[in-house]
Amino acid sequence: MKVSVEVNGQVHEREVAPRLLLVHFLRENLGLTGTHIGCETTICGACTVHLDGRAVKSCTLFAVQADGRRVTTVEGLAKDAEHLHPVQTGFWEEHGLQCGYCTPGMIMTTSALLKDNPNPTEAEIRYAIEGNICRCTGYQQIVNAVQHAARISKGGR
Amino acid sequence: MPVRPISVGERIKRREDPRLIRGLATYTDDIKLHGMLHAAFVRSDYATGKIERIDLAQAHARKGVIAAYTFDDLRGKVQPVAVVIAEDRYIARDAALDVAVDITPGRPVIDLRGALDPTKGKVYADHADNVALAVPAANAAEVEKLFNEADGVVKLELVNQKVAPVSMEPRAVLAHWDEGPQKLTVWTSTQVPHLVKQQLAQCLGISEVRIRVVAPEVGGGFGCKIPVYPEECLLPWISRRLRRPVKWAETRTENLLNTTHGRAHVHEIEAAYRKDGELLALRGRVLSDVGAYPSFFGPAIATFTPLMMPGCYRLSGLSVEVVCLYTNTMATDAYRGAGRPEAAYTVERVMDAIAAATGLDPVDVRRRNFIPKSAFPFTTASGAVYDSGDYGPTLDKALARFDYAGAKARREQARAQGKLVGIGVATFTEICGLGPSTGASPIQRTGSWESGAVRVEPTGNVIVTTGASPHGQGQETAFAQMAADAFGIDVGDVEVLHGDTDVVTHGVGTFGSRGLVVGGTALHMALEKVKAKAARIAAHLLDAKPEQVTFDGDTFRVAGGERNMTFRKVAEAAHLWNVPVPGEEPGLEAVARFEPTGTTFPFGSHLCEVEVDGDSGEVHILRYVAVDDAGKIVNPLLAEGQRLGGIIQGLGQALCEEIRYDENGQLLTATLMDYAMPKAHMFPRIELDSTCTPTHLNPLGAKGIGELGTIGSTPCLVSAVLDALRPRGVTHIDMPLTPLRVWNALQGAAK
Repeated sequence: MKVSVEVNGQVHEREVAPRLLLVHFLRENLGLTGTHIGCETTICGACTVHLDGRAVKSCTLFAVQADGRRVTTVEGLAKDAEHLHPVQTGFWEEHGLQCGYCTPGMIMTTSALLKDNPNPTEAEIRYAIEGNICRCTGYQQIVNAVQHAARISKGGR
Repeated sequence: MPVRPISVGERIKRREDPRLIRGLATYTDDIKLHGMLHAAFVRSDYATGKIERIDLAQAHARKGVIAAYTFDDLRGKVQPVAVVIAEDRYIARDAALDVAVDITPGRPVIDLRGALDPTKGKVYADHADNVALAVPAANAAEVEKLFNEADGVVKLELVNQKVAPVSMEPRAVLAHWDEGPQKLTVWTSTQVPHLVKQQLAQCLGISEVRIRVVAPEVGGGFGCKIPVYPEECLLPWISRRLRRPVKWAETRTENLLNTTHGRAHVHEIEAAYRKDGELLALRGRVLSDVGAYPSFFGPAIATFTPLMMPGCYRLSGLSVEVVCLYTNTMATDAYRGAGRPEAAYTVERVMDAIAAATGLDPVDVRRRNFIPKSAFPFTTASGAVYDSGDYGPTLDKALARFDYAGAKARREQARAQGKLVGIGVATFTEICGLGPSTGASPIQRTGSWESGAVRVEPTGNVIVTTGASPHGQGQETAFAQMAADAFGIDVGDVEVLHGDTDVVTHGVGTFGSRGLVVGGTALHMALEKVKAKAARIAAHLLDAKPEQVTFDGDTFRVAGGERNMTFRKVAEAAHLWNVPVPGEEPGLEAVARFEPTGTTFPFGSHLCEVEVDGDSGEVHILRYVAVDDAGKIVNPLLAEGQRLGGIIQGLGQALCEEIRYDENGQLLTATLMDYAMPKAHMFPRIELDSTCTPTHLNPLGAKGIGELGTIGSTPCLVSAVLDALRPRGVTHIDMPLTPLRVWNALQGAAK
């Protein structure tokens, strides 16, 4: 099937098998390997991307479901090293990551959270990342990272 | 006086992060090579059985399938029985389903305690029983005497359940045999690239100088990426046969079935005590499930458990037998703590049991038994030699931070209102930076040392290589700090390379909290060698004797004069060499290997407060305070990360995690929908503080920090929950403390 998907601002037209998962479309067909696969069952959230601005798990969506829609992956958040998204800055400043494998999904989930709720409480952050599993950090520094991002976003970014 | 700020000890943010937060890091499955094929494994549906037939015809017939191979023998759940190689991973998976495998199932041995009785079943028909390794208890007679002198004895049977490490990146392997140069390159998600290279050389009969193993970005390990796995040997073999690169990325289900598990102990322990709370002796038995095919460190881990069972305590006798048993389940191996969490869990349960039996405060019982500061270095009842320790101040700091007296008063008020509130405590120590190598077995094919190398470029910028293989710990940052401080250069002018056997001199890897303790010390030694040579070069160029030259942090100075030369100028001169230095070679680099003379014993005191919902059995953690002592810290930001992550991982075992098989050996927890991982909303903010008792065993004074969290937090939480349930008559519970298990304990006690 032919699909046309806007990914990180660029429209890609590709012939794909109907069963091709969105995560494999991004990783294999477009070479965007920042989106990871951690469980294949929508539990761990490592594959989280934005679909039309909403956080979704790309391991349980077909590429054809993204036809005609807009996808943002972690690679699309910052145009270069000097212009990080506030959430990326927060993760760096607050040591919100260790092995980095869950990180792109965490960043996509929490950047979507901050769009809806620019000033979340700690409990709201912890519930927002319920669908994202991190084995390294114990989550506390991820919470700090999101709070950091909320603070600097208010500072005019 | 150093003229530049010292970065060691500072909260420097990580240099690893920019690539990771932008999605630009390269994990094994991110690599794509020209002509690359994909492998999919066919695994046994039965825990044990006899293969009657494997039919590859249909798989071979599928378009896009390049090759398929079978195995003849089968034992142990999910052992691969065939592998299919195809042009893409979807076709490979389809073709794996095409393979017809007829197996006559056998009767599996699943339960650890059941494995003790060979009449109920044997994993190996030609063995007399299921015992893989038995280490008899020592000192039985002396311990018997201590038991006779005791005022009382508590007896515990504790299950330390089987859990899965669940690194967020499952395992992955990409093998490429390059027929031209006759060279094998293997990218693999491992903690020990050098050991993988050694084992591949042996397994494949290829000289190790023609093998390059790369651990690219590695998404967590926690011990399960230490063993060298069959897939790591098989893919290179296939690539060499097909002369094309072959990749395999483990699914999460394969990971839960087929990557090593941790813990899986049963402890039967008796403790002799006096009525003043003194623990006199421990005796009993450790049963350890090593699976059908014991893994790399598997059986050794169980022997750490009696070694570390004395914990922070001065008991006089210990007599604990170890029995490792085969079962038809996945093997156990190192999992964050590896043998020490099991020991700490048991001795802390013993402390609580003594407190309950004597009516003493659990904190007082622990303090009563602490090894005093003056006794270090201390040889424990199990023969371990503790390097340094000062447990009292660490406990005091935790009690003050927790407001222990206030918490106890609040608990009494809450109990008066019928609430199930409990306070838990764990005081613990562990063994890190294993060595010396005299304890190494030839099977390991490596000693306990680590390598570090420093190469100074003509500009004075520095390349550090380390045999450690960090996979989230942040040693690129910590080691850059050390090198920058050594020469007074910017952290940004240091590159740290690791995880590539063609780039790094032979090393060992990252596990057992050894990265900084052993690997960092090797780097320190290499930095000192380079500094000494730079000083000799500087002395010659400054027309001074070496003993007249001092280094102030970035410049060599001649005592009592104005003559000086910066480190960067020395680096330039060492390469330009237009003024040769007699007796020296040009260039500025060094390799060092640190061989530990002993092991380090970091420690901590944790306290937590829980409330149990008596109707649902749910455990709510209200507060958690951790005061740890890992000696000197290079980067507090990274150290906190290690501790916070470990604490939650240990709480995961206490609260929810468990690998479960049914009686036929089917894994019931084969996805993350069934295997319950700790999640963010389950925990309050962990409150951290620390003390610093350096070790004399390495020049950094560092004791190791990676595993403290999992060792302290598991017993601390169970201590709190039992404290909450005790007024209702519950005296025993096994992990994980799921709502069902807690509710059942309450119902059982009410009867």
